Formats: sequence, structure tokens, C-alpha cells
Amino acid sequence: MERNDIIAPENLVYKKPTLLNDTDMHYCPGCSHGVVHKLIAEVIEEMGIEEKAVGVSPVGCAVFAYKYIDIDWQEAAHGRAPAIATAIKRLWPDRLVFTYQGDGDLACIGTAETIHALNRGENIAIIFINNAIYGMTGGQMAPTTLMGMKTATCPYGRQADLHGYPLKITEIAATLEGTCFVSRQSVHSVAAIRKAKRAIRQAFENSVNRRGSSLVEIVSTCSSGWKKTPIEANQWMEEHMFEYYHLGDLKSI
Amino acid sequence: MAEEILLMKGNEAVAHAAIRCGCDGYFGYPITPQSEILETLAAEKPWETTGMVVLQAESEVASINMLYGGGGAGKRVMTSSSSPGVALMQEGLAYMAGAEIPGLIVNVQRGGPGLGTIQPSQGDYFQATRGGGNGDYYLIVLAPSSVQEMADFVDLSFELAFKYRIPVMMLSDGVIGQVMEKVVLPPFKPRRTEEEIIASCPWASTGRKAGRPINVITSLELQPEAMEKHNHHLQAKYDEIRKNEVRIEETMTDDADYLIVAFGSAARIAQKAIDDLRKEGIRVGLLRPITLWPFPYDRICELSTKVKGILTFEINAGQMVEDVRLAVEGRTPVTHYGKMGGIVPTPEEVIATLKDHFHITQ
Ligand SMILES: Cc1ncc(C[n+]2csc(CCOP(=O)(O)OP(=O)(O)O)c2C)c(N)n1
Ligand code: SF4
Ligand SMILES: [Mg+2]
Repeated sequence: MERNDIIAPENLVYKKPTLLNDTDMHYCPGCSHGVVHKLIAEVIEEMGIEEKAVGVSPVGCAVFAYKYIDIDWQEAAHGRAPAIATAIKRLWPDRLVFTYQGDGDLACIGTAETIHALNRGENIAIIFINNAIYGMTGGQMAPTTLMGMKTATCPYGRQADLHGYPLKITEIAATLEGTCFVSRQSVHSVAAIRKAKRAIRQAFENSVNRRGSSLVEIVSTCSSGWKKTPIEANQWMEEHMFEYYHLGDLKSI
Repeated sequence: MAEEILLMKGNEAVAHAAIRCGCDGYFGYPITPQSEILETLAAEKPWETTGMVVLQAESEVASINMLYGGGGAGKRVMTSSSSPGVALMQEGLAYMAGAEIPGLIVNVQRGGPGLGTIQPSQGDYFQATRGGGNGDYYLIVLAPSSVQEMADFVDLSFELAFKYRIPVMMLSDGVIGQVMEKVVLPPFKPRRTEEEIIASCPWASTGRKAGRPINVITSLELQPEAMEKHNHHLQAKYDEIRKNEVRIEETMTDDADYLIVAFGSAARIAQKAIDDLRKEGIRVGLLRPITLWPFPYDRICELSTKVKGILTFEINAGQMVEDVRLAVEGRTPVTHYGKMGGIVPTPEEVIATLKDHFHITQ
């Protein structure tokens, strides 16, 4: 059988969502960002809400998220996405409004905007890519960097007396009255990807149905920042990240 | 029916004007001397009448980013603050300028630098007219000198903001914000419908209808050539605004031997000084820039060839005087008088400075 016979339409078992365009992604091999982008595009498409979706992209490796998913976007200043999303959703209440943020963006420079948007119960969904590092700027320490983990700004490993402790902001979010859904997922295996997709769908439905704030953390890899091959990065994440950042729903009302 | 004349503070007038002129959303954080704006809006509950959103944000950083989000989605949105709070907004303002997002920022100035004082000042002239944040950009800056103008400039600001896709700052001060004066509020104008917004703001991120390209609100561009092109586009827009939008008010400049240039509350004090000087037979005129950016360089240049001297009077250490000097280019002597620390000078001090400096012996 020829290749073209195999890829005939009737043999198709999987195709990428139409909303995910053909622009080459700038992400490194083994990076979680691309997988999560695909899930977001799939969920929006499956919900049939392309015309009502507005995304807010962060400052971080996902700054160009708007180049890959064909919906309307706003590009936020570093950390400010939840404030921007707050206004869009309050002024266009029937829209799906979501932010897409890294750990530096959400859990460091934008902590105030994040906590207060969630605490007000803004009807937005926050997708939080926790790769425990500043990917975009070349692998510096993040608030979520694990103890002992080496980065460009803690080359001897993170130590408590100098840097404090890795911030579990998702646990904090779960304590806030304004949140209705808080979940921690990952995308390192097919099973994990399926679960992550379910969580993203739940969060997006909550935004559309105005049920309060949702936060979905995706414990992610940064193969470049971690200086590992894609496979090593996945293994390292399973061995170290999951031990500190437990997967599963923290809150679902 | 005769127009209803009301007595209220400048801050209250801004809030009522916002509700009346179809404002979609206000986002702000309390700070003296402008908290009455948010307080009045909270008391009026416009969300029950016009549907206007009112939200007390967690900080001025958040407020200005809420303007970014709301304005980027085509809505008429505003915030207000006073000097230290406006300092905190500069990042967001630069992003709004870069992404060409309309919005209204009211700055009811107080004295600085830093936490400074809660008393009135005009110390933010540089910050307002020079961009304030990073990069090559300007805001349109309107300087009201009465409670009436604080009310009138709300709608004007929105019109300009959407015409040019630019953030507009209303640069008021603690005097105009707090003083109670007679005011006629603008007539009611409905908020635009969602369909009207989508039609009039085809660039806004409102949700992509099938068939149209995606709308992205962003100030980012990593290709140097493309970034320069965007900057040229911004500069061309600023030139257009310089050409079309300079606004001034002149009083008795026709026969003036001396000119006072003053804006906002200082112009009110200068007006009294001029009236008194005229009674003494000294011919002094007043030029009041209503737009601080674009600045009325041409008219001041023209007048500088006719007068024996110019006094720039501001409630600061001398900021607008630099623009006046740029306009005058040495054709006539220019001096500045001002006070800092929250002290509002009297007309007598202005008169004494003018007489002293220009050796007027009358
Ligand atoms: C105000 C400001 N400070 C600093 C930066 C530089 N900066 C760009 S991305 C980034 C960190 C991004 O890390 P993260 O949010 O974890 O995203 P990742 O790249 O890891 O996905 C920093 C510090 C900036 N753009 N703006
Ligand atoms: S630097 Fe890290 S987060 Fe950024 S694209 Fe590469 S792997 Fe992904
Ligand atoms: Mg990161």
C-alpha cells in the first residue's frame, strides 16, 4: 500500500483542530506549550464557541500564542492578563474569556492580579503553565522552581535561606471563595493529555456559564531551560515535579 | 426645558458625565484627592440604569490593564487616579499607546515627588505630555480649568480616543477636582450596542466572526522593520493630531503688552490677576492651553512677536515653561512663577512677579 492510500480521508482517525493554524510553532522540542495550545483549540472547536472566544496571552514563551490559534486575542503586559481578562469578560459577559500564563507571569510579577481576579470570582478561565522556570528569558529561577533545582540565577540550586520556597499558588487559589474549579494536570502522556483536556473544557464551560473563576495548572516541561532532552525532561518532571505539585482536582463545585 | 444647573465638585461631575455619555466601564483604585469619582459612581449604581460596569480594582496597575482589556474590546472605558497612582499606570499606558487602545485616564494631580502631599499641584505636566512610559509615544492631554470642563471633557476625551485610537488623559488637579461650582451636565447619550461596537471598531477583540481575520491587540513586534513601520504609523498619527486638535482659550491677547500662559486651576488664578492688572492700565493677556499635548506652539510663537514678555504660571517648579520657551525661541523674555508642596499661589503673587520681572512700574 502506498502512503497516499493510507492517508486517505476514510482512514483518518485523528486530525488537528482547524483553529490551530499551520504556522510553525516557535516552541522547543519537548515543550508542553504546544500540546496545551492544541488542547485549547480542540476544546473551543468542540464547544463551537470560536466566535465568542477571546484569549489573553502572557509575556513568556507563550507570548505569541495568538499566532497559532485563530481566535481574537489580547497580548498582556507581564503578569497583567487576569486584569485584562476581568474587563473583557465584565464588558462582554457572554464571551469565553481565558488567560494563558506561565509561572513567572502568574505566580510572580502578576500574583496580585491573579489572586484578586480569582478572589472576585471573575468568570474567566486561567490556564497556568508551570514549568518551574523562566523559559523565555533563558532559564532563570521562578517562584515555582523546586528546592535544589539549578537555574541560571541559582546555579548552585535553589536554597531556602536565599530564595524561599516553591510557591503553590494553585493551592492558594483553591482556598478562595471566588474559584469554582481548580485543577492541576500535566500533558506528559496520552492519558494525562485526556485528563488535561477535560479540565480545560470544564474551565471554559465555567467561564461561558458564569460560574466563577477557574484555574487549571499544567505541570509542564521546559526541556531547554532544564537543559534536558525531551524524554529526560518528561522523566524528570514525573520524578520531581509531581512529588511537590500533586496532580488532580483541588476544587470542583 | 431650561438646562438644570447643579452645584457639585469636579470629581462628582466627572462621574455623572461618564454615566451620561455612554461610558461602558470605570475601573479605579481609591486615592485622595479624587476618590469621589469612584464613590459617586458606586452611589449612582449605573449598572442598574445604563449598564455601565463599575469596579474597584486591586491597584492602579490593574485598573490601567482593565482599560487595556476593555478598550481593546472596543468599549468606552475610563479610570481615574491622582499622581502616585498615575505613576503606577505608566507601564499600561505605554502598552495602550503601542497597541493603539482608546481610553480615558483622569489624573486629579497632587504634589510630589513620591507620596508627596494630598494638596493640589500641577507637577505631572512632564509625565503627562512626554509619554511617561517607555518608547516613543504621546497621550492626548486635556486640562480642564472648571468643574464644567471636567464634565464636558469626558465625552470629548472618548470622542478623541476612538477617533485616533489613543489613550486620552484629563489632567486636572486637586483644586478643580475638589471645588464646588455650578455645572450643567451633558445630555444623556445611550451606550453603543454590541452591534454598533463591532461595526465601528473592526479592530477590536470582540470574538472572531467566521470569515474575518483574527483581531489581536498587541504592542509586540520582534521584526525590526515591522516595528519601525508601526512606529512611523504612530508618528504619522501624532502629526495628524498636532495638526487638528490643538485647543486654546485666549483672553485679552489682542492688545496685550505682556502674556501669561497658564492651564487648569492656575489659569483661573491668572484670570483674576489679569483683571486686576487691566484695572491698573497694564495690558496683560492670557493664553490657556486646553490641550497640553498637542501643545499650542504656533500660537504662542505668533504672540511672542507681539508682546514684551511672557510669564508662565504653573503650580509646580516650572514644567510647561519649557514648551513655552520652545515656542518662543528667544524672541521675547520668558519667565516662570509657581509654588510647590501643595501651595496654591494667589493672584497677588502672580501680579507681583510679572511687575517685578518685567520692571513694570505702573
Ligand atoms: C515588566 C517585565 N519584566 C520582565 C520581563 C522579561 N521577561 C519576559 S518573559 C519573563 C519570564 C517568563 O517566565 P514564565 O512566565 O514562567 O513563562 P515561560 O517562558 O516559562 O513559559 C520575563 C522575566 C518583561 N517582559 N516585562
Ligand atoms: S524555553 Fe522552555 S518553555 Fe520556552 S519554548 Fe523552550 S522548552 Fe518551551
Ligand atoms: Mg515558566
